[in-house]
Amino acid sequence: MAHSGISVLLEGTNFTRLLGGLWVTVKIAAIALIVGIVLGIILGVLRTFKNRPLRLILRLYLEFFRIVPTVVLLFLFYYILPRQMNFNLPADQLATLVFALWVAAEMSDIVRGALISVPKHQRESGMAIGLNRYQLYRYVLIPQAISLEIPATINLATRVIKTTSLLMLISVMDVINIGQQIIEANNHSHPTGVFWVYGLIFLFYFLIDYPLSWWAKRLEKKRLERANG
Amino acid sequence: MSSSWNIIQQSLPMFEKGFVLTLWLSFVGIIGSIIVGLICSLVQYFKVPVLHQIASIYIEISRNTPLLIQLFFLYYAFPVIGIKFGAQLCGIIGLIFLGGSYMAEGFTGGFNGVTKSQVESGKAIGLSRWQLAKYVVFPQGFSLSVPAMAANVIFLIKETSIFTVIAIPELTNTALDLIGMYYRSNEYLFVLVVGYAIILIPLSIILTLLEKRVRYGSFGN
Amino acid sequence: MADKVLEVEHLEKYYQKKHVLFDINLSIQQGEVVTLLGPSGSGKSTLIRCLNGLEEYQKGTIIFEGKKIVPTEKNWQQIRQKIGMVFQSYDLFPNLTVIDNILLGPIKVQKQDKSAARVEAKKLLKSVDLEDYADVYPRELSGGQKQRVAIVRALALHPDFMLFDEVTASLDPEMVRGILNIIKGLANMDNMTMIVVTHEMNFAQEIADRVVFLENGHILEQTPAKQFFSKPKTDRAQAFLDSMDF
Repeated sequence: MAHSGISVLLEGTNFTRLLGGLWVTVKIAAIALIVGIVLGIILGVLRTFKNRPLRLILRLYLEFFRIVPTVVLLFLFYYILPRQMNFNLPADQLATLVFALWVAAEMSDIVRGALISVPKHQRESGMAIGLNRYQLYRYVLIPQAISLEIPATINLATRVIKTTSLLMLISVMDVINIGQQIIEANNHSHPTGVFWVYGLIFLFYFLIDYPLSWWAKRLEKKRLERANG
Repeated sequence: MSSSWNIIQQSLPMFEKGFVLTLWLSFVGIIGSIIVGLICSLVQYFKVPVLHQIASIYIEISRNTPLLIQLFFLYYAFPVIGIKFGAQLCGIIGLIFLGGSYMAEGFTGGFNGVTKSQVESGKAIGLSRWQLAKYVVFPQGFSLSVPAMAANVIFLIKETSIFTVIAIPELTNTALDLIGMYYRSNEYLFVLVVGYAIILIPLSIILTLLEKRVRYGSFGN
Repeated sequence: MADKVLEVEHLEKYYQKKHVLFDINLSIQQGEVVTLLGPSGSGKSTLIRCLNGLEEYQKGTIIFEGKKIVPTEKNWQQIRQKIGMVFQSYDLFPNLTVIDNILLGPIKVQKQDKSAARVEAKKLLKSVDLEDYADVYPRELSGGQKQRVAIVRALALHPDFMLFDEVTASLDPEMVRGILNIIKGLANMDNMTMIVVTHEMNFAQEIADRVVFLENGHILEQTPAKQFFSKPKTDRAQAFLDSMDF
């Protein structure tokens, strides 16, 4: 017997299962962001140092993550870590690792960009009053770079959240994977269920990402207004 | 067991097909995205009633949802309400749906980047709104938007890897299929990464050069 | 009595809640040179930007050549062809060559004959010693050269009236004289009507027929230039003059 599609969401535990999947998605994104941002800040600061080989290595690291599509990154880690290095991780932890490394790469570029855009005379004034390198970064450069970094970092977060949609490809039980299971299980009774399940997931993503990108836009606008006096 | 080199060699004709398909879908998708983005940004610049609001809503939806879900919707959900496309057409439509908003934001960012004093100088010599757009805002705005456009082009090419979820036999799908059949992940992943590198490294070098040229050309005031 | 080119009556301007211009009354005769003086932030630039429709005003009237201006964007667009304006930041269009910067208004806005406009533009360039720079892009010019082109760009529209907004403020000192001489030439030889906002007191003294002194958005006094620089009417203006070295 065929029901109207939308009721598939309310049947049994379907809705709570989807929310559970969403939680997995959000958790992976959140941990990857926290780890990646911290690592990225360190790498970004290192990239402003004069040491050439270090800068080159970090640049290559960034470019690798920039060139290789995230889908491919996931599969590289998914196949190569366990088989070549005998390093077995559950799929969700593996995905968190990949995302964190990717976030670190992107974040290092955001941080570096913000740091080098602090006017040169600020750096010189700091050195002129005898600050050492750590103090220079801690009290002069990083505080001024932060207002530049925050909108870009929020935008990076929205990208990471969108990219979590790829988790299903390596069999993480995320919101999309659970959605597919529900669709398949109810295909017979709710032939239009697919529309509503994907519709709901679509909405979930939008509800998480839209406020974030709105926030980033607002901060950026304020910053530009301040910069233009 | 055959050597890695043999495995790679035997797979090359299949990868070649995937490579060409990736290029083709990217090309069509990027051109389409630029057209959609241009229309949206113009509609927003001139604040065309109704269309301007529609463009804003479209941009927010497109930018804040993943391509993968957009594709699932097109490919699996739309047929339920009687709208059916082949996989490749779905891929192209999805990529344009996604890319259009990124391109629109890129153009709009460029137009907004034209300084207030430039606009005022244009007004001061009596230019109309349309003339101001044509002679001052658009020429400068387009060159200002080149870096964002370049980033979008690279981004969209990479996004075509997601087409594998609706079984379009592009590069990534080719590699995953081969791994599934022959279980030689190292070799096929290697060819896959090289495939993307062949497209993206030269392209990003060209785009960087273009950016430099444009910057030199227009930021001299 | 000479014709009045511009009259401003009871003009008031707000930025959101902030009141920045208070009951401005001003009239300018044909051929007259008025300099607007006052401390930074007194509203000088805001006032002359209102006269060109670049700022909206909330109350009051502007009458240009005997006609009350209805402040719509379309009307302003017509009127701006008659009121030339030059800015502190020169703002040549970087995407156009020098000559195309100058010709944009005459050809596209006023639909002047192309070859005639070009001949005239070259003549104007020659008058500011830039005849060899017609086909270069603005980025190849120095600040002083850019500002000379910006003046020519405004003049090419045959304005009846010119506004100069701190046109020498971002130039190197050695460039300033050349620009000021051009403006002086316009005032003396061409009898151009103009309002000049400047911090160059010597120049103001040389060129002005009348000084309008602004402070905190109020016109404190309007005095013939000779009298203003020897003995202004208000203590505030005296204090201002004392604070400037010239």
